[in-house]
Amino acid sequence: MDPSADVRGIKRSDLLQMYYHLRLTRSLEDRITALYRQGRIVGGVYTSHGMEAIAVGYASALEPHDVVAPFHRDIGAFLIRGFSPGEIIAQYLGKRAGPTKGKDGNVHMGDLKRGVIGFVSHLADNLPVAAGAALAFKIRGESRVVFAGTGDGGTSRGDFHEAMNLAAVRKLPVVIFCNNNQYAYSTPLRYQMAIADVVERAKAYGMPGEIADGNDVAAVYLASKRAIAKARAGEGPTFLEFKTMRMHGHSEHDPAKYVPRELLEEWTKKDPILKAEALLRQLQYGEDAYFQEVGERAKKEIDAGVEFAEQSPLPDGPEVLEGVFATEDEVGP
Amino acid sequence: MTVATARAEVSYLEAISQALDEEMARDERVFLLGEDIGQYGGAFKITEGFLQKYGEWRVLDTPLAESGFVGAAIGAAMMGMRPVVEMQFADFISCAFDQITEVAAKNHYRWGAAVPIVIRAPFGGGVHGGPFHSECPEGWFFHSPGLKIVAPATPYDAKGLLKAAIRDPNPVLYFEHKYLYRRIKAVLPEGDAVVPIGKAEVKRPGTDISLITYGAMLHLALEAAETLSQEGIELEVLDLRTLIPLDTDAIYASVRKTSKAIILHEDNKTGGIGAEIAARLTEDCFDHLDGPVMRIAPPDTPVPFSTPLEEFFLPKASDVIEAARKLAAY
Ligand SMILES: Cc1ncc(C[n+]2csc(CCOP(=O)(O)OP(=O)(O)O)c2C)c(N)n1
Repeated sequence: MDPSADVRGIKRSDLLQMYYHLRLTRSLEDRITALYRQGRIVGGVYTSHGMEAIAVGYASALEPHDVVAPFHRDIGAFLIRGFSPGEIIAQYLGKRAGPTKGKDGNVHMGDLKRGVIGFVSHLADNLPVAAGAALAFKIRGESRVVFAGTGDGGTSRGDFHEAMNLAAVRKLPVVIFCNNNQYAYSTPLRYQMAIADVVERAKAYGMPGEIADGNDVAAVYLASKRAIAKARAGEGPTFLEFKTMRMHGHSEHDPAKYVPRELLEEWTKKDPILKAEALLRQLQYGEDAYFQEVGERAKKEIDAGVEFAEQSPLPDGPEVLEGVFATEDEVGP
Repeated sequence: MTVATARAEVSYLEAISQALDEEMARDERVFLLGEDIGQYGGAFKITEGFLQKYGEWRVLDTPLAESGFVGAAIGAAMMGMRPVVEMQFADFISCAFDQITEVAAKNHYRWGAAVPIVIRAPFGGGVHGGPFHSECPEGWFFHSPGLKIVAPATPYDAKGLLKAAIRDPNPVLYFEHKYLYRRIKAVLPEGDAVVPIGKAEVKRPGTDISLITYGAMLHLALEAAETLSQEGIELEVLDLRTLIPLDTDAIYASVRKTSKAIILHEDNKTGGIGAEIAARLTEDCFDHLDGPVMRIAPPDTPVPFSTPLEEFFLPKASDVIEAARKLAAY
């Protein structure tokens, strides 16, 4: 199959960089999973295994001054936004060097300076927040876009709908996406909503929507670019549904026996890393030796990250009392 | 040549309106959002004329979706704006509870993002609003670290505390009492009088019993104090003004002076702010107490609609007088 003209339009260096980020994300999460199995991580671990192309694709499509409100399976977005693997592992280990200094765990981290709004467990809570960030840009006439998402389960929450509506009526420069990985914890899509495609939900708000292959990093990137361009041009929000499959349990403690084996086998063949490699081969941007080299580079970075995180200290108990209130100099990004 | 012009009295409602207007003129990051606040000027007309003056991107009529627009205020605040949300009636703040307690209150603690928003919530009874338009929901949020809560009782405090709330780098819930809107008036001084958050004020000094209160109940307390004074019982009326952070220094100083305390509020009794103050007094001022810490509050029911029911429900000056007499006898 010939790659489309659109894919050919993506810069070679950008595609290679996305491939590297796919590998880095996979390595990082595989290592986090291993640390979890060794009992070195307390608390939950939610991975994007098999879904890495979503965060890598959309985060690569954004400009540095744009803002993301990532979902809980979007670790790739943190890497692209400049969070180092060491910092992220420190967060999982509850170390002081993590972005929340041990106050919160796993992907519950953010940093306004790097344009990342911290995830809130209450699913979809960050979507009105993202709309509000976009509102600030609109009021100030800034050419900045906010990219925010949730899962298929999260789109049932009122806050998802309130955010979609607010963004639509005010034509806010925000892109709201959903990773439709077919399950919300153990609940399949058919018990989540009585429609086949999540994108249907956007119609009620008069918001344009698009479905893209969530396992194809180039497709995610291109759909994101289109939506971002519209938002930046003042044409308002877009809803993107990225179709994918959750290949691990909801969290690493969950063996996901409720998922039919055949479904997983089918999706294993569509692994986003394999897909990206096939594309790069087709475009003659890389072959096996190169893929192996990138994989090794990623692994080395993760090794260094683990070392950094393990060496950094845990916070002291009384630090729990710090930071309830903000000071004036902390206002704004 | 100086001409002394008598300054006009300003209602509690006008004081709020003035504070918003002055802060919007002072700081272009300040903008308003809420239901019907634009063309219509808000359910209580506090923002009347603001749309014409500041335009549709600083006075935003929102969809009817409290969680959505409070969330939006949070996002805008994180990007460096200073949003002021109008909750049409404080009762509907329950729809935004999640955004307030989980997002606004926790973001700074978790990952250092300041959320300088103000949520104005017209609260309280005495206006025949019934169970869904008369509530005092401050107790729900009193338990939630990361929020500040203010509840002014006078035009001066209403204006000064709103200014302070807008300038505060944290989420502030501003409970404005509907009953006071047009009933309480005062002459306000010229200039930028900001009332600091976190400071209670003795509204009437006294020696015998500390009466600790806030919101519309202040006026009941002052009325009772006047009557009791004629019997030789001198109440010291302490207006909390801010509920979080609670000014325990002022509470303790007053109770150490009088050795007796009554807490009066319009929120229902169980688990209310009075319960917390009473507990703190027994923990920290036990040696100074000459009698039980008493609480006057409505019963644990929703706020009723019909006049006799609402009158029965709300605390009265006579309740204060009766409690004070009992306590004075200890
Ligand atoms: C409001 C809320 N209810 C329940 C949960 C618990 N919970 C966490 S993840 C999850 C399933 C999420 O499914 P989905 O939105 O489809 O995202 P996915 O994890 O599948 O990517 C649930 C129920 C939560 N975090 N927030």
